[in-house]
Amino acid sequence: MSRKPVVGVLALQGDVREHLATLPGLGAEAVTVRRPEELAGVDALVVPGGESTTMAKLAARSGLLGPLRDAVAGGLPVYGSCAGMVMLADRLLDAPADQVTVGGLDVTVRRNAFGRQVDSFESQVEVDGVAGGPVHAVFIRAPWVEQAGEGVQVLGRVVGGSADGRIVAVRQGNLVATSFHPELTGDRRVHALFVDIVRRHLAEQAGVDAGNERGTS
Amino acid sequence: MAEHRTTVPSTTGTEAVKRGMAEQLKGGVIMDVVTPEQARIAEDAGAVAVMALERVPADIRAQGGIARMSDPDMVQGIVDAVSIPVMAKARIGHFVEAQVLQALGVDYIDESEVLTPADEAHHIAKSEFTVPFVCGATDLGEALRRIAEGAAMIRSKGEAGTGNVVEAVRHVRAIRAGIRRLTTLDPTELFVAAKELRAPYDLVAEVARLGKLPVVLFTAGGIATPADAAMMVQLGAEGVFVGSGIFKSGDPVQRAAAIVQATTFFDDPDVIAKVSRGLGEPMVGIDVAVLPESERYATRGW
Repeated sequence: MSRKPVVGVLALQGDVREHLATLPGLGAEAVTVRRPEELAGVDALVVPGGESTTMAKLAARSGLLGPLRDAVAGGLPVYGSCAGMVMLADRLLDAPADQVTVGGLDVTVRRNAFGRQVDSFESQVEVDGVAGGPVHAVFIRAPWVEQAGEGVQVLGRVVGGSADGRIVAVRQGNLVATSFHPELTGDRRVHALFVDIVRRHLAEQAGVDAGNERGTS
Repeated sequence: MAEHRTTVPSTTGTEAVKRGMAEQLKGGVIMDVVTPEQARIAEDAGAVAVMALERVPADIRAQGGIARMSDPDMVQGIVDAVSIPVMAKARIGHFVEAQVLQALGVDYIDESEVLTPADEAHHIAKSEFTVPFVCGATDLGEALRRIAEGAAMIRSKGEAGTGNVVEAVRHVRAIRAGIRRLTTLDPTELFVAAKELRAPYDLVAEVARLGKLPVVLFTAGGIATPADAAMMVQLGAEGVFVGSGIFKSGDPVQRAAAIVQATTFFDDPDVIAKVSRGLGEPMVGIDVAVLPESERYATRGW
């Protein structure tokens, strides 16, 4: 039978606690990840909201950046909210020239795209794959996806105003990212969508492993 | 920065975006800077935000006089220099300084006892602003009074500009002990607790239920070393303000990065030992015990 997925929350900096609190109610075990050996023990990873420049520097200095890139390349399911979206982007705008990312999402993300903190806002966003009406979305100095590659599925856009149509939720394979912070609102549906992806991935892997065993026996 | 401004039919300046902004800073270090160059050094070191001010607290102490909000040109220079959030200080009760800082586009205002108070009875009515505020506190009652006025983040005051962590420890312990005590009380005892704390009953009851403040708690005032920062996080602070401790030290670049690492790996002595090596001279400290009452910033605020 399928075991409980272990979902790590990258705990270098940011709103780690809110993600840790959201996951257990969805049948996942939540653990913090700050070191390569902790990353090796998880079935999936959440990159929380926070300051992306800080997270990137800490990841690089603590030797976690390489293992993170390898894990994403190896198919590890990852969900990033806000700064997490920045961390997963292949290309950045309005970032310091030396800002590194984990990458994996074929998107160009603009940091602080909606403006400064006085422009931070709450709104409603319809997210594909999330049933039950729009998600109440909290945007804090949020990024948006300026351009998405062909393999990227757009899950949600801003409706209305001068940012009308801007992409704020995407998925590419096992990677999911949102500009907003579902972890701050108590609405667990985006996390549920991600945990679903994690479960499917684990089931596929179990199938492949079983196949390999049969092949070698 | 972003040339795209939004007028999405939505709400700005809500409690959720103000408090939520502070949640994003958790586990991070906010550094005092007085020039755009220092702001860039702080950003390179991994600061989650910078605090723009004209003089660091150690210099305010040394030079005396009235300490006010920074020059708008200087704040703007720092806002333009970095992509991380910029905070700035307004005097206690000086709501027009706060209006000016909001107009300049700063991301957070620190209504700070480090500046000379402008009102000896009233703090700024912070809920009226779109920009969020952080305020200092020495104990739970003071923290809750500031939250009632609209503060979206609390920092323990410590004693700024001393390089001496003893007051920061005292204040974080006091706030945390106050919270723990509330969680042990019978619900019928919370009314008197609110009276004793001189804080609104609803907030007192909320803290008793949550076992924590309803906003993020940082620490400030005297943090000078990576070990200081890690100790404060172990004591329950969710992040660290470093004022004079970085740019009054021998090697600000190394020290800033080391304090950032120590704040993340606060429970890992091997990491703290490693980053503490070769940092050069820390800032020269002041023994708070010999500091006259009139020169203590922590007593400012009511």
